[in-house]
Amino acid sequence: MTTHVTPGATDAEAEATEGRVYNVAGGDWDQIVTAGDTDRSENEQIVVNMGPQHPSTHGVLRLILTLEGETVAEARASIGYLHTGIEKNLEYRTWTQGTTFVTRADYLMPLYNEAAYCMSVERLLGIEDKLPERARIIRVLMLELNRIASHLGGIGPFGLELGATTIFLQGVRMRENVLDLFELITGLRMNHAFIRPGGVAQDLPQGGLEAIRDFLRKAPRMVHDLRTLIDANPVFIARTRGIAYLDLEGCMALGVTGPMLRATGLPWDLRKSQPYLGYETYEFDAQTTDTCDAYGRYLVRMNEIEQSLRIVRQCVDRLAERNVRSDPVMIADAKIGWPARLSLGPDGMGPSPEHIAHIMGQSMEALIHHFKLVTEGFRVPAGQAYVPIESPKGELGCHVVSDGGTRPYRAHLRDPSFHHLQAVSVLCEGGNLADVIPAIASIDPVIGGVDR
Amino acid sequence: MTQPPGGEVPAEDNGGLPARLGEQRLAASVVRTGMFGANTTGDTSGYGRLQVRKPPPLSSEPPYGGYFDAVAHALGSALQSSGMSFGDAVERVVVEHGEITFHVRRDKLIEVADKLLHDPALRFEICTGVSGVHYPEDTGRELHAVYHMLSITHNRRIRLEVSAPDADPHIPSLTSVYPANNWHERETWDFFGIVFDGHPALTRIEMPDDWRGHPQRKDYPLGGIPVEYRGTKVPPPDERRSYQ
Amino acid sequence: MGIEEKLPSGVLLTSVEKLAGWARARSVWPATFGLACCAIELMMTGGPRHDLARFGMEKTGSTPREADLMIVAGRVSQKMAPVLRQIYDQMPDPKWVISMGVCASSGGMFNNYAIVQGVDHIVPVDIYLPGCPPRPEMLMDAIFKLHDKIMNMKLGPDRDQEITELEEARLSMLPLHVTAGVNGESEL
Repeated sequence: MTTHVTPGATDAEAEATEGRVYNVAGGDWDQIVTAGDTDRSENEQIVVNMGPQHPSTHGVLRLILTLEGETVAEARASIGYLHTGIEKNLEYRTWTQGTTFVTRADYLMPLYNEAAYCMSVERLLGIEDKLPERARIIRVLMLELNRIASHLGGIGPFGLELGATTIFLQGVRMRENVLDLFELITGLRMNHAFIRPGGVAQDLPQGGLEAIRDFLRKAPRMVHDLRTLIDANPVFIARTRGIAYLDLEGCMALGVTGPMLRATGLPWDLRKSQPYLGYETYEFDAQTTDTCDAYGRYLVRMNEIEQSLRIVRQCVDRLAERNVRSDPVMIADAKIGWPARLSLGPDGMGPSPEHIAHIMGQSMEALIHHFKLVTEGFRVPAGQAYVPIESPKGELGCHVVSDGGTRPYRAHLRDPSFHHLQAVSVLCEGGNLADVIPAIASIDPVIGGVDR
Repeated sequence: MTQPPGGEVPAEDNGGLPARLGEQRLAASVVRTGMFGANTTGDTSGYGRLQVRKPPPLSSEPPYGGYFDAVAHALGSALQSSGMSFGDAVERVVVEHGEITFHVRRDKLIEVADKLLHDPALRFEICTGVSGVHYPEDTGRELHAVYHMLSITHNRRIRLEVSAPDADPHIPSLTSVYPANNWHERETWDFFGIVFDGHPALTRIEMPDDWRGHPQRKDYPLGGIPVEYRGTKVPPPDERRSYQ
Repeated sequence: MGIEEKLPSGVLLTSVEKLAGWARARSVWPATFGLACCAIELMMTGGPRHDLARFGMEKTGSTPREADLMIVAGRVSQKMAPVLRQIYDQMPDPKWVISMGVCASSGGMFNNYAIVQGVDHIVPVDIYLPGCPPRPEMLMDAIFKLHDKIMNMKLGPDRDQEITELEEARLSMLPLHVTAGVNGESEL
């Protein structure tokens, strides 16, 4: 066995390896031992590759760890194993079709990707203040439900990776209820393509509000169960308290936002500081702890679930108010708003019969608008916009550039997981190998958003 | 508030009457022709001779409105204290859709970023990343790198835009000022070929290490294969004809 | 698979096949190759509501060396393709592959430079499961179909004969009959 250098190895990887690297791919044990014996130095470092396929790395994240015994001397993250070319694909689709692509970037919070993209497009269109009120409230409702689902999708696997399958099962149990609501309202459990430029795809169905109220009745009990299981759990605390420490200075140096920043004590929440979609009219609190460790971040996320439930309750009350009940959910401008009101028919979901009757029998103009919008898409004036929102992982924004046409000229998703994964080195180096897992889980990266 | 830059406004200002505007428009380069996007077969849309021209580069004059003036003023005085004027570093300022963009000259970028981070009146602690854009018809300034800055102290947002020509795609790296730009700059190099001078380890991050080409440039195809379905083949999205 | 090669054909083999098929199908250990959104649905399928544990599949082979089934859940990028093949190679026989979701089956909505257009370019697939992402119930249906396939899998010389028959059937399969279409029959 000799030193093995991967072809095209980066400078970073060469720096990381001091001494010999053993590529063990089967072979005689004696060979390996003798090779090791010839060059045994005091502090022997092993480079361990926690490869892209690993049950504990939140997706296809590759970690290259240089270990001295149990201590991590260097930790590097290698990404790109899920790169999908979403941003390039957007340049060949209309603005509305972009929603279906963008939604699959960070797949645990699909509605946030959609909202960031659609809000940037709306800013370019100049229709930010022309959205119907009902559309705004439904957006907030769905976003907060997605926040709950995303946090549970982070806390559940957090427990699973620590070896506590019960946490996973309890979290998944509650998450299933949220996914039921998604299915009822948008038609899909994940990757909804529901928030579109101009509003939302369709209104809440019959019984939608009642289903959400039902969920709100059950949810506090389920959150309480989760908290009883985790909050004071000595094993969980032993594995997360004091682990992956990143204080405010570190967060500022690394540009970290979201729950990681709030766990240092700074109450920076874009919903409070730079509100959008009417968040300034809802009552909720930005949650912070001040322990700066993995346990603090978990507490921030749990508290945010409870705050989200508060916001959802307020949304439901507002949707039932008389002046909002019969609002449209898509902007009135026929040149932008997606024309078809969808409804469930005998052959599945499609444009409602009333809409078909309208465009075929009643209004030539409506037919033309429908045709042009579906085939060509609307035109967005030239310019660029960046609207950041507070996603469950941090600051998510979509930098959208338009050249005046029907397709995005460039759409770049600024994903918080991508940005925060750079902190892996800072969080893990100096700690134990076993602490790498809770460290990464406390960042809560979703590799779809990292790689896009 | 926005008007074409000085070079294109004729000596006698007609106040934007149609005749003058037409001349200005014809001077701009053609970005797209036709309406079908078909480069294999004929354009049957009836709009075959349609020419879409590049809109003129915008430029705003102060006062910009809101906190933008405070930022521009503070940046100007901070730069002056190190012997540079605002106009040296910033070519153009654009205010549209409630957002401000400073077009910074690439050799002054690090200085500007340093002032943005450290000056107490500015304090843009967080640079949220680099976004590359490729404008192939903008000769001499094809590659743009866009930085969005956030100030938590003052609750402000600005945008910096830097351009580099294709022939010399070098932009100084901001990792010495904002260390978290590391991966963003690697990604921009990977996708656009912009070389960030001074980056500690500028390598591919999303594509495999031995990939050739920079995928998100406009001259790189989308890739993709024709999809066979019930006896016919649908070409990949970048080769299809569609209304544009 | 040493014992399988030594078994003679006949009634004894049929009973052994049935027993072996039943045993294999009832405790398939998935090497979850969870990549993207489908991985989340895969996780939810292991959750309390749609419970994969009732089919003996909750023990995920964390290492491919002890796994039977590779569920490729999600889009396979060009960078991930060699890793996928390596994991597949590390799995011992008998092994099966379910390609879960349209991205794994055919590239899905991502027809571009970055995604392998169907994981069957890399590994042989037994069950293709469409959906974006497929519901947990759909995944369970695919798993049942796979269980059927496993239960009826033959051993030894019967298996060789089965493989030969399948190959011949595929090679002589007629293309879809085209009556109309832009490209006509010659394009196929």
